[in-house]
Amino acid sequence: MTSALDESDKEKTRSVSVDLNNDASLLIDIPDALCERDKVKFTVHTKTTLSAFQKPEFSVPRQHEDFIWLHDTLVETEDYAGLIIPPAPPKPDFESPREKMHKLGEGEATMTKEEYNKMKQELEAEYLAVFKKTVQVHEIFLQRLSSHAILSKDRNFQIFLEYDQDLSVRRKNAKEMFGGFFKNMVKTADEVIISGIKEVDDFFEQEKTFLLDYYSKIKDSTAKAEKMTRSHKNVADDYIHISATLNTLSADDSTALKKHLDKLSDLFEKLRKVEGRVASDQELKLTELLRYYMRDIQAAKDLLYRRARALADYEHSNKALDKARLKSKDVPQAEEHQQQCLQKFDKLSESGKRELTSFKGRRVVAFRKNLIEMAELEIKHAKNNVTLLQGCIDLLKSN
Amino acid sequence: PCNSDAHMELTTEKPSSSARKEPPASSGPRPAASFSPSPAAAAPKSMEQLEEEEEAKDSFDVDVSVTNPEKVGQYLPPAPSLCWSQHETSLPMFRNKTFSVRRRFSDFLGLYEKMSVKSSLHGCVIPPPPEKSVMGMTKVKVGKDDPSSAEFLERRRAALERYLQRVVCHPLLLQDPDVREFLEKEELPRAVNTQALSGAGFLKMINKASDAVNKMTIKMNESDTWFEDKLQEVESEEQQLRKLHAVVDSLVNHRKELCGNTAVFAKSMAMLGNSEDNTALSRALSQLAEVEDKMEQLHQEQAASDFFIFAELLADYIRLLGAVRGCFDQRMRAWQRWQEAQSTLQKKREAEAKLLWANKPDKLQQAKEEITEWEAKVTQYERDFDRIGVTVRKEVLRFEEEKAKDFKGQIVKYLESMLQSQQRLIKFWEAFLPEAKAIA
Repeated sequence: MTSALDESDKEKTRSVSVDLNNDASLLIDIPDALCERDKVKFTVHTKTTLSAFQKPEFSVPRQHEDFIWLHDTLVETEDYAGLIIPPAPPKPDFESPREKMHKLGEGEATMTKEEYNKMKQELEAEYLAVFKKTVQVHEIFLQRLSSHAILSKDRNFQIFLEYDQDLSVRRKNAKEMFGGFFKNMVKTADEVIISGIKEVDDFFEQEKTFLLDYYSKIKDSTAKAEKMTRSHKNVADDYIHISATLNTLSADDSTALKKHLDKLSDLFEKLRKVEGRVASDQELKLTELLRYYMRDIQAAKDLLYRRARALADYEHSNKALDKARLKSKDVPQAEEHQQQCLQKFDKLSESGKRELTSFKGRRVVAFRKNLIEMAELEIKHAKNNVTLLQGCIDLLKSN
Repeated sequence: PCNSDAHMELTTEKPSSSARKEPPASSGPRPAASFSPSPAAAAPKSMEQLEEEEEAKDSFDVDVSVTNPEKVGQYLPPAPSLCWSQHETSLPMFRNKTFSVRRRFSDFLGLYEKMSVKSSLHGCVIPPPPEKSVMGMTKVKVGKDDPSSAEFLERRRAALERYLQRVVCHPLLLQDPDVREFLEKEELPRAVNTQALSGAGFLKMINKASDAVNKMTIKMNESDTWFEDKLQEVESEEQQLRKLHAVVDSLVNHRKELCGNTAVFAKSMAMLGNSEDNTALSRALSQLAEVEDKMEQLHQEQAASDFFIFAELLADYIRLLGAVRGCFDQRMRAWQRWQEAQSTLQKKREAEAKLLWANKPDKLQQAKEEITEWEAKVTQYERDFDRIGVTVRKEVLRFEEEKAKDFKGQIVKYLESMLQSQQRLIKFWEAFLPEAKAIA
């Protein structure tokens, strides 16, 4: 299945991030993607005025693994240790709609043809929604990079955008080069490392406390929101079955009851569409928002890890210097090393502070936008329901 | 609502003081007294409270309502009490305007038993009493099967009420002395023979009887296909209603799940709000948590509507259709009886012929008497069969009219509850919107 996503479509779906892709010197989007079984092939399209690129406009095919490669190389780059690296987009996951489609197939015999078709339509819409979401998430990743003053200039990023051959060869080489050092370090770093550091800077002290706590809370909220949204979908599906059964009942009825059943069947068919929209809008504005910022906060935590590590390095270098002085051996090297560590730490702290502050602002703006939109959509759908319900009640009463 | 010459209108409006109509969720459950299990064999007993009621309505109403359970003594489980009130009416048969009596659950079953065996009511669609246990019909989870839960009590109370309302709505049944005794008499003798009903339940009983009819060797040749066709319709409709009931059941469960998940999410959101360091956002998240709490309440009430209005309507009619099938079976049995009498008469005549031949005058006299007896029976049974045919046709038509009205009324009630729910939802989110906009 291919999907050409037009601009208005994307505007609607791009919900969780703000202030992206505004700089005309480097514009990136994913205008279409191809879904083959499990693999999604994205078309990454770039329009640029920068001289670093060979052409002003070009497109390349990319797979999910290519995005992961790009993310990992950025994380591993020491120069970027003081930056919040945009979180890698999650792997495309069609498991849920696929499983449901399977179950539907098994239950086909128990439904009327119409009912089956409606359920199938719903599932196809779900597939499409998952598909659109994964495209969006990959697109936003790239746009965050292009919007970042430093990261947008990264050589590997440019290769990702431009290199018109298969990236998988390069990907293998990169792995061998870095050996996943930084990534592994970050992954095994205990929260104890961060917590254990004696923090001299108030700002970072506060940030640390806040981020650690917030992360666990938002992770929990994301999971609970997912469950809630799924229940909404189940209710919408029940409405489909109710409508279909009422239809069958009505077809066989020859009494005054027939028209009542018809009206009710019709109403449920309309209601289920609204309920479906309520579920998907909630998923988009709420669940997706929480999920996105959960990952972002993890990226911010990673920054704190790296800074904590740098501080630890600096403290070690201090001790080494003292030792060297005591033994009067290799003092200049020790001094040099200590200076380097200090510089690195200071640079990290300065950059980190900037990043974390702007991140905070971004997060608040995104929450505001999404909460407003969600409330407005809830109101809109409920008003729709009111109209439908009132209409049916009036029809029934007038007969 | 029902049509009847005596201008009786059954309203579902309950008098203000004692009765509780709403499903437990919105009105708050009565303290559920503890349930002491009755011995397995006996029908459940419940004593009910007597209350005086005043009515101030203007129309000629027979309002039947069943009010809340009350525990009497420490040994008896709580059960619905009956409160019956009636108005100034053109019906001279009732002594008082308003009155109420205590009835046990088994009394309701007993009433049905009495009506179902009366030949005067043969062919009538007699409303079936509620099932003793709720199993077998629904897979609705916890609360419904627990006899001490508020939901179970409310379900039973409402079901008994609808049962009585249907009874008094039927013109013939209202005239029935047993019905009047049920409504009026202070103390009723303990009902016996309700085992079949309370144990296996109404539908099982009907189905068993149906099977017996189907096994009868002599099959009827219908000159009029109306009966065959109608029975077919009824059976098919019953099947579809069962299917619909199962789906609505599923809806109730999903709505309850949604309710639970929303509550859990609300708590999580409140925690997140506390953790948030931006003041305005923190406030907004807390407000969101409160909105979701309110949504939980809405879902809960909606689930109650789904169940008490929609699902129970379907359950009632599945059983009522069973009762309709019962009428058709009765007609079949009447026909059988007539056929068998004809066959017996034939045998008697043959016996008489033999006796004439054998020349036994004393036995001959007896034979002639028997022939006369059986000729009378044949005539009687034929008349019975015709009469029951007429009754069944009339009853089915009346039933269909009632059904259409009943469904319409309940559907409107259901939709109105949904409508109110949505309107409240709008208010909650509209109140939240400025909080979201205030984030800075």
